[in-house]
Amino acid sequence: MATLSASLDIAASRRSEAQVIKLKVARSPMPHDEALDERQRTDQRWSGWMAAAQSGDRAAYNRLLREIVVPIQRIARRQGVEGDQVNDVVQEVLSSIHKARHTYDPARSFTAWLTTISQRRAIDCLRRTARHSKRERHAPLAYEAYADPHTQPDRPRDEADRALILGAAISDLSEGQREAVEHLAIRELSLAETARLTGKSKGALKVNLHRAMKTLRARLGGKL
Amino acid sequence: MSENEFMKGVEPVEQLIDDLTGKLVPVRRLWSPWLRASLWVGAVLAIAACLAMTTDVAAMLHRLGEATDMWLAVVGSSATAILAAVAVFQLSLPDRDPRWALLPLPGAALWIGASGLGCLRHVILPGTHVASLADTRNCLVFIIGLSIPLSLVMIFMLRRAYTLRPNLTAAIGGLAVASAAATLLNFVHPFDAAATDLTVHVLAVSIVVMANRFLGGGFLSASK
Repeated sequence: MATLSASLDIAASRRSEAQVIKLKVARSPMPHDEALDERQRTDQRWSGWMAAAQSGDRAAYNRLLREIVVPIQRIARRQGVEGDQVNDVVQEVLSSIHKARHTYDPARSFTAWLTTISQRRAIDCLRRTARHSKRERHAPLAYEAYADPHTQPDRPRDEADRALILGAAISDLSEGQREAVEHLAIRELSLAETARLTGKSKGALKVNLHRAMKTLRARLGGKL
Repeated sequence: MSENEFMKGVEPVEQLIDDLTGKLVPVRRLWSPWLRASLWVGAVLAIAACLAMTTDVAAMLHRLGEATDMWLAVVGSSATAILAAVAVFQLSLPDRDPRWALLPLPGAALWIGASGLGCLRHVILPGTHVASLADTRNCLVFIIGLSIPLSLVMIFMLRRAYTLRPNLTAAIGGLAVASAAATLLNFVHPFDAAATDLTVHVLAVSIVVMANRFLGGGFLSASK
């Protein structure tokens, strides 16, 4: 009996505590109301900055754009935009706001104006992604397995063969022509430098080079 | 690599905010959509006044007074023009509800319903002079011809708008223009409406709405 009485006392005490807590909650400001007030204050602040931006206040405009980045990201994510595309949406929204800033009426909610633009741009992004995904696939293995049409496995061997043939043909030239080809065509020196190295005149070098090229063309034909 | 180029790769949003802030210039706020709609309707009334001065208004009033469906159709087309004008200027703002596009529906329902009664004219009033196919060609030319300047006035008034739904806005604009032209047609419409007449009116209105949808929609999108 004593145990039952003690249990009832505890239950009564808990009930009264719960009532006190309820009363306290009822008397204190509701967190929901606080959030609402905060949202209204934020909206008024943004609205004021936008009105100032319409008059050309760059500082207010800069503050506004920086402060709305996070809310835009939140709206984009809520619409289903993911990853790097969230920042794409942010950039598109900021550009849209810049272009549409003359349409904002400071008597109306800035948050609603921003939300509508952000939602629309997020939907545009999702549609664009859906269109791309219809004709593009992320397939890294397929990419790795795909043969590069520009690859030429025989190229080093071909180049070595060409060098041998060309070297043999140049060695058959007269000394003057060989010098002209080696310095002017292969080493790509200037006429003045070659003239200084060989001790020949520029005119003679030109003639030698011309004759050497003619001889090489005749000998090599379609070999290279 | 300059500092700007470096920032562009790292923080594109930051860079964009700085760019937009740097480009900020004062802007003139867009006039209220109600005011702009009133001005456009005023332009239509000015054309109506010009037509009233050059046509037989008494004959028109007598004609409308004799046929209930005719004046109901005029009330419907006038209401459609006014409501569609209000809707199009509301839709030209980014934060307005797309359901504004439904505003002209009651007027359009009255217009279509009353015009549809003309199809029964042969049955209700045998011997009534109804428009032949040749007569209705003039209706087509009048509606389309008058729609061109009215569309140009509307496009001019929408040039600074920033709509998130350019195609819908342009189509509603086309409806406003076509219904206004169809209303003004009554000044020069010396016969009662009938099935052939109604068909041509529907064709003319459809052409105007579609032309505005594609040309105006493109303009509203391209100007963004």
